[in-house]
Amino acid sequence: MKVPISFNKLPNSPSIDKVGVEERVARFQTRSIKNESKRQGLDLVLSMIDLTTLEGKDTPGKVKQMCYKAHHLHDAYEGVPNVAAVCVYPSMVRSAKTALIGTDVKVASVSTAFPSGQSTREIKITDTKFAVDEGADEIDMVISRGKFLEGEYNFVFDEIASIKEACGKARLKVILETGELCTLDNVRKASDIAIYAGADFIKTSTGKIQPAATMQVTYTMLMAIKDYYDATGIMIGMKPAGGISTSKLALHNLVMVKEVLGNNWLNNEWFRFGASSLANDVLMQIMKLETGVYQSSDYFSID
Amino acid sequence: MAKKKTIKGGDNWDYSPSLESTSHITILPKYELFINNEWVKPSSKKYFKTTNPSNEEVLSEIAWANDYDVDLAVKAARNAYNDVWSKTSPKERSKYIYRIARLMQEQARELSVIETLDAGKPIRESRDIDVPLACNHFFYYAGWADKLEFAFPNQPMEALGVAGQIIPWNFPLLMAAWKIAPALAAGNCVVLKPAETTSLTALKLAEIIKESGLPPGVVNIVTGHGDTGAAIVNHPDINKIAFTGSTNVGKIIQRAIAGTGKKATLELGGKSANIIFDDAPIDQAVEGIVNGIFFNQGHVCCAGSRLFVQENIAELVIRKLKHRMDSLYLGNPLDKNTDIGAINSKEQLETIEKYIKIGISEGAEMYQSTCELPGKGYFCRPTIFTNVAQSSRISQEEIFGPVLSIQTFRTVDEVIQKANNSPYGLAAGVWTDKGSRIFNLTSKLRAGVIWANTYNKFDPTSPFGGYKESGFGREGGLHGLGAYLKMKL
Repeated sequence: MKVPISFNKLPNSPSIDKVGVEERVARFQTRSIKNESKRQGLDLVLSMIDLTTLEGKDTPGKVKQMCYKAHHLHDAYEGVPNVAAVCVYPSMVRSAKTALIGTDVKVASVSTAFPSGQSTREIKITDTKFAVDEGADEIDMVISRGKFLEGEYNFVFDEIASIKEACGKARLKVILETGELCTLDNVRKASDIAIYAGADFIKTSTGKIQPAATMQVTYTMLMAIKDYYDATGIMIGMKPAGGISTSKLALHNLVMVKEVLGNNWLNNEWFRFGASSLANDVLMQIMKLETGVYQSSDYFSID
Repeated sequence: MAKKKTIKGGDNWDYSPSLESTSHITILPKYELFINNEWVKPSSKKYFKTTNPSNEEVLSEIAWANDYDVDLAVKAARNAYNDVWSKTSPKERSKYIYRIARLMQEQARELSVIETLDAGKPIRESRDIDVPLACNHFFYYAGWADKLEFAFPNQPMEALGVAGQIIPWNFPLLMAAWKIAPALAAGNCVVLKPAETTSLTALKLAEIIKESGLPPGVVNIVTGHGDTGAAIVNHPDINKIAFTGSTNVGKIIQRAIAGTGKKATLELGGKSANIIFDDAPIDQAVEGIVNGIFFNQGHVCCAGSRLFVQENIAELVIRKLKHRMDSLYLGNPLDKNTDIGAINSKEQLETIEKYIKIGISEGAEMYQSTCELPGKGYFCRPTIFTNVAQSSRISQEEIFGPVLSIQTFRTVDEVIQKANNSPYGLAAGVWTDKGSRIFNLTSKLRAGVIWANTYNKFDPTSPFGGYKESGFGREGGLHGLGAYLKMKL
C-alpha cells in the first residue's frame, strides 16, 4: 500500500528539454509493428481501454448500452477481449456497476468537480466518497491547475493526498490536464507531485481540453513513473486520455511503455487508454488482419 | 455467446522481424571503374570482393584500380575540365547538380538498402539520415553554383581544377556527397575513390551521374584499396586532395603532397568529449550520450566517445544509461527496428575487441548491453567503461566502435582542461540548462563542432572539420565551398 510522503520530501523535478523529447518520441514512432506483434498488440490495446462517456447528456440508458459494449466489443468475431473499464460521472456509477455485474470490467468514476476542478476541497471529497459508495472501483480526479500555475504546489499536493484518503480501496488516477499546464517542465513537476502525494495512476487529460495525450506528454509522465520506481520500487500506472483514436498511435504508445518502463507495465493493471473511438479502430484493424480486408465502419457498433 | 479472450498482458510482447525488402534493388555481380561516364575494365585485371558484414556473404566483385587506371581517370578529369566543365556556365553546372540530387531522391530506397547491405548500418539510419542528408548536400551546393560572387563578395574566385577525393567506409554515400557536390558547384572535376569495404553506393551514384547526363569525365570513380588511394595522392596532375579517414593516413598524405603545391583538406579521427552538467535535462542527455556513441555502431569520426559527467550526478546518469542501453535492438541491419547494426569489417571488429581488452586490463569497469549477438556476421555489444582515467588508453585513442569511456569531473575549469587534453579536436557536446555556461564552454573547447544539448546533428549549411590532429579545412556550408576555390589572380 502506498503511503503519501510529506510535501517537503518531494525531490526536485529534473528539467525537460522539449526538443530532445520530440526526438525520442519520433524514434518510438519509427518502430515497425507487423504481423504477430501487431495482432498481440491490438488485443492488448483493447484490454487496456477505459471506454468513456463524460457528457452532460449522459443517462442511465446510454451508460447501460456502453457497458454492454464493454464486454461485447464485437460478437461477430470470437476471441476479442473485454475492455478494462468504463469511465463515467459519479451519478452514473450505480447504473454502470449494475450493468457490469458478473464481468471483469471495472467502473471508473471521475470526481473532484470534473473537469475544471474549480470547487472547494469539502465538495471534492464528498464527490469522491459518493462515487466510491456507489461502487466505483477507480476514481479519476483532476488537479487544481489554477493553484498549480499559481505555484501553490503544496495545495495541489495536499488536495491529492486528501482525495486519496477518501478513495478507500478504490484506485486513484490523478488527471493533470496537461493541455493547461503547457510546458513539459510543468507536466513533470505535476507528475512528481501526484505520484508522491499518493496517486496509483497518473493520467494526462480530461478529454475536454486540447492538446491532450500527446506522446511527448505521455513520455514525460512515463519518465516520472520510471524515476519513482527506481527510487522506491513502487509501480505507478499510466493513462493517456484524449486524442488517441487510431490503432497506430495506440501501438506507438505501447512501444513507448515497453521501452521506457518495460513489459511489466504492459497490462491493464498498469496501463490504460482513456478513449471512446479507439476501440472501433482497433477492432477494424483486427478484422483486417483476420480476414485480409477492411470492413465498413458500419459493421462495428458505435456505443 | 461469443468466446472471450483472456489477455494475460504483454509480458512477452516484442517486435516481430520487419525486414526491409531487397526485391527492388539491383547489385551487379561485378563492377568496373567509372571513367569518362563509361564502365572501364581495370588494367590490373584484378577484382576484390565486397561483403555484407552482417552475414559475411559476398555481394559483388569490384574492380581494383592501379596507377595506370588512376592516370586514365585523372586524364579524363583534366580533359573534361579543360574542354567542357570550365567552359560550362555556372547556371548549367547548377542544373546538373540539382538533377543528381533529384535522381538520388527518386532512388533513395534503393540507395539506403544497398548502403545497409554493404556497410552494415541499420536501415533506419541509412533511410532517415545518410541518404536524405546526401541528397541535401547536392541540393544545397546546386544553389551556390551560380552564386559564387555572392558567396565571396569582392573576391573573384575560380575552380582549382581536378580534385582527388578519398572517402571512408563509415558514411559511404554521404561522404561521396560531401566531396562531390561542393567540388562540382565550384567548377572542379573529380576523381573519387570509395573505401574498399563500401564501394557499392558510390558506384550506384556513378550510375545516377551517368543518367543525369553530366558531361563525361567530370566525375570519375575509381575503386580499390590503399594503393589506389596512394596513386591518386601521388598523381602529378591533381590540384587538390580531399581526404576523410584515419589520422595516420592523413599524415602520410600530408607528407606525400608536401612541396607539390597540391591543396588539401583532411578530415581525420577524433575522441570527442560529451560533457554533462548536473543541471542538464538528464533523460535527454542520456539519449544524447546513446546517440553520440552508438549511432552507426560508433563508426563516427565525431562520436562522443569520451563522456564527462559531473560527479554529483554520475551514478544517476550511468544507471539511466545502462537501462537505455538494454532497450537497444542489435541485429539484422535490414530490420526496421534495429538500432545497432553490424561492425563494418572483421578487421574493425578485431580493433574494437582489442580496445575492450585494453580497457579491462587497465582496470576500468565494463558494462555491455544484454542483447544477444547473431550467430553470423561482425557484431559488437554497446559497451561502456567507468572508472576510466585521463591517462587510460581507452580515453585517449580513437576506437571507432560502440565503446564509451566515462570520466567524472567536478568543476567547469577541470572539464575544459580535460576535454582539451587530447591530440584530437573534432567535436564536443555540452549538456546544461544554462545558456551562459554553453557559451563559456563553446568558446574554450578546442573542437571544430560543438553541440549544445544535442549531439551528432548534421546539416549541409553547417561547416564540419577539426582542430589539431582531427585535420584541417571544413566541409559543408560556405567554408566547404571555399575549399574548392582559389582567388583569381
